[in-house]
Amino acid sequence: MHRITEKVVLSENIVKTVFEAPEIAKKRRAGQFIILMIDDRGERIPLTIVDSDPVKGTLTIIYQVVGKTTDQLAQLEPGDVIQHVLGPLGHPTEIDGIGTAVCVGGGVGIGVVYPIAKALREKGTRVISIIGARTKNMLILEEESRGVSDELHVATDDGSYGYHGFVSDVLRDLITAGTKIDRVFAIGPVPMMRVVANVTRPHGIKTIVSLNPIMVDGTGMCGACRVTVGGKTKFTCVDGPEFDGHQVDFGLLMSRLQMYAEQEQRARELCRCGNHDR
Amino acid sequence: MTDKDKAEKKDKKERIPRQAMPEQDPRARITNFDEVPLGYSPETAMLEARRCIQCKKPGCVTGCPVDIDIPGFVKRVADGDFLGAARKIKETNCLPAVCGRVCPQEDQCEKLCILGKKWDPVAIGRLERFVADYERSAGSVEVPALPAPTGRRIAVVGAGPAGLTIAGDLVKMGHGVTIFEALHKAGGVLIYGIPEFRLPKSIVDAEVDYLQKLGVRIVTDAAIGRLKTIDDLFAEGFHAVFLGVGAGAPVFMNIPGENFSGIYSANEYLTRSNLMKAYRFPEYDTPIAKGRNVAVIGGGNVAMDSVRTALRLGAENAYIIYRRTKTEMPARAEEVHHAEEEGVQFRFLTNPIEYIGDEKGWVRQMVCQRMELGEPDESGRRRPVVIKGSEFTIDVDTVVVSVGTMANPVIPMTTPGLETNRWGYIVTKDETGETTRKGVWAGGDIVTGSATVILAMGAGRKAARAIHDYVMSL
Repeated sequence: MHRITEKVVLSENIVKTVFEAPEIAKKRRAGQFIILMIDDRGERIPLTIVDSDPVKGTLTIIYQVVGKTTDQLAQLEPGDVIQHVLGPLGHPTEIDGIGTAVCVGGGVGIGVVYPIAKALREKGTRVISIIGARTKNMLILEEESRGVSDELHVATDDGSYGYHGFVSDVLRDLITAGTKIDRVFAIGPVPMMRVVANVTRPHGIKTIVSLNPIMVDGTGMCGACRVTVGGKTKFTCVDGPEFDGHQVDFGLLMSRLQMYAEQEQRARELCRCGNHDR
Repeated sequence: MTDKDKAEKKDKKERIPRQAMPEQDPRARITNFDEVPLGYSPETAMLEARRCIQCKKPGCVTGCPVDIDIPGFVKRVADGDFLGAARKIKETNCLPAVCGRVCPQEDQCEKLCILGKKWDPVAIGRLERFVADYERSAGSVEVPALPAPTGRRIAVVGAGPAGLTIAGDLVKMGHGVTIFEALHKAGGVLIYGIPEFRLPKSIVDAEVDYLQKLGVRIVTDAAIGRLKTIDDLFAEGFHAVFLGVGAGAPVFMNIPGENFSGIYSANEYLTRSNLMKAYRFPEYDTPIAKGRNVAVIGGGNVAMDSVRTALRLGAENAYIIYRRTKTEMPARAEEVHHAEEEGVQFRFLTNPIEYIGDEKGWVRQMVCQRMELGEPDESGRRRPVVIKGSEFTIDVDTVVVSVGTMANPVIPMTTPGLETNRWGYIVTKDETGETTRKGVWAGGDIVTGSATVILAMGAGRKAARAIHDYVMSL
């Protein structure tokens, strides 16, 4: 049982939830994730840990409301509980010995790249952050990102704020301008990560992406989260969640993410209609 | 008089045939997830128990990995003392309702029953099941008096058959026992793997409750290796650790197209259906593909569980694709028989080599090769050999790969001094399961590779005695 201590709606459909998980908070490192299950009828979903407070014993997650479970999660208020939280899972981000890193976050992915930027900064890396969203009021964590970056760029697809265009365009401009970049971390929607990987590939800049496929157990037991990386099958939960973006088969990842689209739609509709008795 | 003479004499006197156990009709049962066999009535159980000739040197007991006093409990059933029979079994087996259902008795106790030499063996498994169910439904499950606490604490990693068994044994010796389980529910393969129609989950829950009543503490959602290492457990004051983490990692065949949507490992398919209750979607939130044409690759018990699950989820065609023949199938005869009755289509001497998907990345066809049997291989089974040019396709929209499992590397990876072999299984020094790391024992599939529930339980039992001696010497 994990009591929620804070909930903030960050934008139209992006929510931050802070909850108690003292043991995980003590162990967790940047890049790791949890599997949560709201109640005994719930599904198990993976979410990257955005922040942890070992003193208060809390974890922070940021998620976009996309289906039944995230919808239900977003409705939980301080004092409510999440039944099951498993973690910390996956390998922590490799943050040692990087001179200059560019942290690219798109949409809710800003929440995932933020802890990596923070951890890199603490290691003395020069951090350039590029964050973006569809439109101004969907942009999250601008101030937080600024606080952990030596340089911050903001982009919106519709030009309502910052650079008019995609985060990948900003990155391309930085590369063209001759900025020395040792590593890129790109986290966001699959098409965004694919484009970023395509931008850095010709320049040979190592690019790390964090994948968020469908998972069940999160401990390497089921293989639901398998992805193809460099022609080989990997389990995101135990081999990842971060992989070399130049090697990931993004098309496969996208199609596997759509595997239950119909059922997800149905579950969400039932939930909204209040037919779902729980 | 020898046991054999006794058998002859008994047969002349009574000639009671082995009692059948009623089952749900195949046509009805493929529309539900309820248990298939319905169990003995008290009358049938007593009749069956009377077939036992109470051998002086009972072969059945030597065939039992946990040494149940089989003639002792069967005698009590014959006398109508069902609760006494339950107590007798529980002296050495804390999970009788489970074992009565999923043990391969035909290869163990019943195989060595002397009646089986000439007639049919006593239905020991059905009797065990009856006794455990009787006790549970009578609400008479007794918690035995425990010895004084020893002050020793033991951490058990994994709440599957090995872990549950050792926890029960150690707590009855007066030790403090905590089980750490990564999933949100205790039971291991009994909960996530074996389907409801073969082992109702309420039974597993009852067995787990019983352990908790004995004083075993169960911590779920605890990923040992990540949340806490084995070193952390010792630092927290545990005197010994038992690793019963199973061989949980699924094996895929690494053939083209295997990552298309609609292709599952048996672990995922069964976990969705059993643990997450996807067969009750949308009442439960976890979805599962309800395929029309489902192919299950493999010939073991897990493959049978998967294919029978597919039928119950509404498959029109549910296939077993197996590269050898029925004779070589590792599944229990009873499971194969149930699958046949339910309309599973067996495609023997067939092996998939590639999957073909549609524009959305969903599997649509599998390309197979026909095989023939050649010379026996190291397992003693005849090796399947490809017939050249025999490729053909089968239309499928769901595939379940059930060709085995391997060791999960997380704990060995995070435990210095814990030696594993080249397949990743934990190396043990002797049959108690002592590992190369001081104070750490292991047992079950993580040592042997995929085996049975009862063998894991036997490993838990042996380790319990060794751990007891070890912690009492500290």
